[in-house]
Amino acid sequence: MTRLAKTLTIRSSPHIRATSGVDSIMFNVVLAMLPVCFYAVYIFGMAAFLVLATSVVTCVLTEHLLCRINGKATTIGDWSVVITGVLYGLTLPPSLPLWMVVAGGVIAVGVGKYLFGGLGYNTFNVALVGRAILQAAFPAAMTTWPDAPVNRFGSLPSSTLALPLTKPIYDGVSSATPLADWKFNQVAAETGDLFMGTISGSTGETCALLILIGGIYLVARRMMNWRIPVVILATVAIATGILHLVDPERYASPTFMLFSGGLMLGAVFMASDMVGSPITHWGTVIYSVLIGLLVVLIRVWGGMPEGVMYAILIGNAATPQIDSWIQPKVYGTSTRRAAT
Amino acid sequence: MFDAVKHLFGVKTFAHGIHPPDSKNDTKELAIHQFPFAELLIVPFSQHIGKPAIPIVGEGAEVTRGQMIAKPDGFMSVAIHAPATGVIRSISLTPAINGKMTPGFFLEPYTASTQEVMEGPPVMPDTASSEEILSAIQNAGVVGLGGAGFPTHAKLKVPEGKSVDALIINGAECEPYLTTDHRVMLEHAEDVMKGIPYLLRATGAKTVVIAVESNKPDAAAALRKALPADLPITVEVLPVKYPQGAEKMLVSALLGREIPSGGLPLDVGVICTNVGTTAEIGHLLPRGMGLYERVITVGGPAVKKKGNYRIPIGTPLRYILDTVGTEDDITTVVMGGPMMGAAASSLDISITKGSTGVIAFTHRETGRVNEIHEYPCIKCGACVDACPIFLNPSQLGILASKEQYETMVDEFHLRDCFECGCCTFVCPSHIPLVQKFRVAKAASRKAQAKAAAEAAK
Ligand code: SF4
Ligand code: SF4
Repeated sequence: MTRLAKTLTIRSSPHIRATSGVDSIMFNVVLAMLPVCFYAVYIFGMAAFLVLATSVVTCVLTEHLLCRINGKATTIGDWSVVITGVLYGLTLPPSLPLWMVVAGGVIAVGVGKYLFGGLGYNTFNVALVGRAILQAAFPAAMTTWPDAPVNRFGSLPSSTLALPLTKPIYDGVSSATPLADWKFNQVAAETGDLFMGTISGSTGETCALLILIGGIYLVARRMMNWRIPVVILATVAIATGILHLVDPERYASPTFMLFSGGLMLGAVFMASDMVGSPITHWGTVIYSVLIGLLVVLIRVWGGMPEGVMYAILIGNAATPQIDSWIQPKVYGTSTRRAAT
Repeated sequence: MFDAVKHLFGVKTFAHGIHPPDSKNDTKELAIHQFPFAELLIVPFSQHIGKPAIPIVGEGAEVTRGQMIAKPDGFMSVAIHAPATGVIRSISLTPAINGKMTPGFFLEPYTASTQEVMEGPPVMPDTASSEEILSAIQNAGVVGLGGAGFPTHAKLKVPEGKSVDALIINGAECEPYLTTDHRVMLEHAEDVMKGIPYLLRATGAKTVVIAVESNKPDAAAALRKALPADLPITVEVLPVKYPQGAEKMLVSALLGREIPSGGLPLDVGVICTNVGTTAEIGHLLPRGMGLYERVITVGGPAVKKKGNYRIPIGTPLRYILDTVGTEDDITTVVMGGPMMGAAASSLDISITKGSTGVIAFTHRETGRVNEIHEYPCIKCGACVDACPIFLNPSQLGILASKEQYETMVDEFHLRDCFECGCCTFVCPSHIPLVQKFRVAKAASRKAQAKAAAEAAK
C-alpha cells in the first residue's frame, strides 16, 4: 500500500521552480566584482585593501545589528549588503581615512537602506547614498588622490589611519584624476591607460576591462539587464561624440568619456541595480538614456569633473515615475496604459 | 524583443513565456498500455465545467462497459459512461480534487467479465448535420481532455453572428512530465485525422493547423504521414516554450491574431481543441461509443513504473500508485502537470476525464520548493518578462499584499491572468505570485457577487 496518505503535502501550483534565487543572484554579483577588487588592491596596494575590507565589514555589521536591534532575523544572508559594501568601497579614493569609510557605510546602510524598509524597498542605490554623504561632508578628502606610495604593500598613506574628526594629512603629491585633468587642464589621458586602469581614480573605477568582464559574466548568467549599461554607454558615446565632432578642442573624445571616471563601474554595477531601476524594458531604456545624458551634462557643463553618482541617483529617483508610465501593454487590450 | 526577431525569420512563437525543464524523457518513449481495473471505480457525476450529469441507473444496477449511466443536464453538460462492466454498488459522495465532496457512482467491475465495450449507432461526418455531430459529441461525454474539462460540443458550437475560419488542434503539450498527447499523436495519428472532419463539419472552419512542439519530432512526423490528401490540414512545429498550449498563445503563435481581453478564440474566428480530444472524437463517434477511459501519464520522480496508461475513468489514485509502485519518501501527488496541476488532498479521489497526468514527487523536490525562503520583491522584472499576457506580476503582487483587489482588477487586468504560473516559476524572491492572484480573484469575485446581491435587493 502506498504509505503517503498521512504525509501528503498540498501546495498550490506551480510545483517546480527555476533554480536561481535572490541570494544566488546577489552572490554572483559579488563574484563578478571580485576581479575589480583584486586589481584595485594590486594597483593601489594595502590602502585600497583596507578601504574595501572596512566598507564591507561596516555595511554587513550595520545591517546585521539593525536587524537584531529591531528583533528581526538578520538579512545579511541574501548577500545584497555585501554588494553594497563592495560597491561603496570601490567608489572611494584609496587613501580615504578609514573612519570616514565607517561613517559613510553606517549611514548608507542605516539610512539609505534600512529606513526605507530594507532590500527591495530602497529607492536609491545604497552604495551611492554612502558616497554622496561623504562627498557632501568631506569634499576635500573625497577628491584627493595621492600618488601610490613607492612601496604600496609595505606602507600606508598617512591619511588612511587618520583619527576621526581630524583633518587628514596627505604626504604624496596629489595627482588629478583624468577627468579633472581634462576638465581643468585640457589634458586627456591615453585610452589604453584608462582601459587598463593604470591611472589615478577611485579604488574600483579604474579598470574598464575587468568591469566589463564582470558585467558580461552577469549578463551571460541572465542576472543582469544588459540594456542598462549598453544604453547608458551608448548615450554617453553618442552625445559626447557629437560634441567632439563639433569642437574637438573643447570636448573630449567619446572613448575618453567612456573609460574615464566612474562611468563603467556606475553603468555596469550601480545603475543596473534591479531595485532602483524600472521594471519594464522600455522603462529601463528611458532610465538609461536619462542617466547617460545627465552624466554628459554634469561632466561637460557642471562644476565638477565627475557626474556619474548624481546621474544614477537622479535616475533612481525617477524610477517610480517611469514605472508608472511604462506599464506593459496587456495582451488583448488596445491601450498602452492600464485602463484607469 | 528576441521573439519579434524570431517572427521576422518565420519562427512561429508567442512573446514571453518560460523554459522549464521538460522532464519528458522518462515516459515519452513508452507506448500506451492498458491499466488494470481497480476493485472499485468511483465515477463522479460532474467531470466537466457546467452542470453535473443526471444519473440514469440506480444503486444495484448492472452496467456494461461503455454504457451511458448519466445523461447531460442541459447544454453545458455531458453524458457519463460506465468505465467497466459490473454493478453500481452505491451512489454517494466522493472527494473531488479540490477537497469538496461531490456525488458519484461506486462501480464494482466484474472480475470474470470479458469487458467487451458497448457500441451504438455510428455517426459519420459526411452524412450527419452539424447539430447531429454536436449532440453526438455531447452524448459521447467528450470534454476537453487537455485538463480544463470544458464540454467539447459547447466549445464547437459557433454562436449566431460569428464565424470560424481556422481550427487549431493543440498538440503542444507544454507542461513538463506529460507525454499523453505525444503518445496519442504517435500511436493514434489516424484517429486524430478521423476526428478532424467532425470538427470541420460542426464548425464550418476552412483550415486546420495541428500544433506540435519541437521536442516531439516523431509525433509531428507521424501526423504528417497520416495527413489525408483531401483535407486542408497543416502540421506546425513550434519552438518549445511554456505555456504554448494556452489558447491565446497558440492563436498568437500560429495565426498572429490577438484574442481580445475577456474574449475567446471565437472572437478572432478560431476554435482550439486538444489533440487527445480530437483523437477520441475520431475513435468514438464512428463506433457510437462514449468516453469511458483516457490516456494518462503516470510519472514523476516518486513513481517506479512510469508510463503512459489508458486508465478507466474512476480509477482511484491510491490504486494507480499501488499498481505502479512509489518511492518511500513520496510527498505530493499532482493531478495534471507541475505548472498548473493541483496537488491531491486525498488518495481517494479518482481519475476523471480532465486528468492529464498523475505526477508524484518525493521530498527531494517538494522539500526544496516548500522550504525556499521568500524575499521581498527586488523589482528584477523576471516576472514581467515571463508573463505571456503582459501583466505586471510584481505590481500585482505588491497590491495583493496590501489587499487592494479592486485596483488589481480595474487597473492591472487581474482577470486576464490565467494562472499559468510563469511568474511564480521565475521569481528569484520566491514570492508565490500566482497563489496570491488566485486569492485576489476569489476575493474580488466574492465582493462583486455581494455587490450584485445588494443591487438586486
Ligand atoms: S500566472 Fe498570471 S500573472 Fe503570472 S505569468 Fe501567468 S498570466 Fe501572468
Ligand atoms: S520576479 Fe519576483 S522579485 Fe522579480 S520583479 Fe517579479 S515579483 Fe519582484
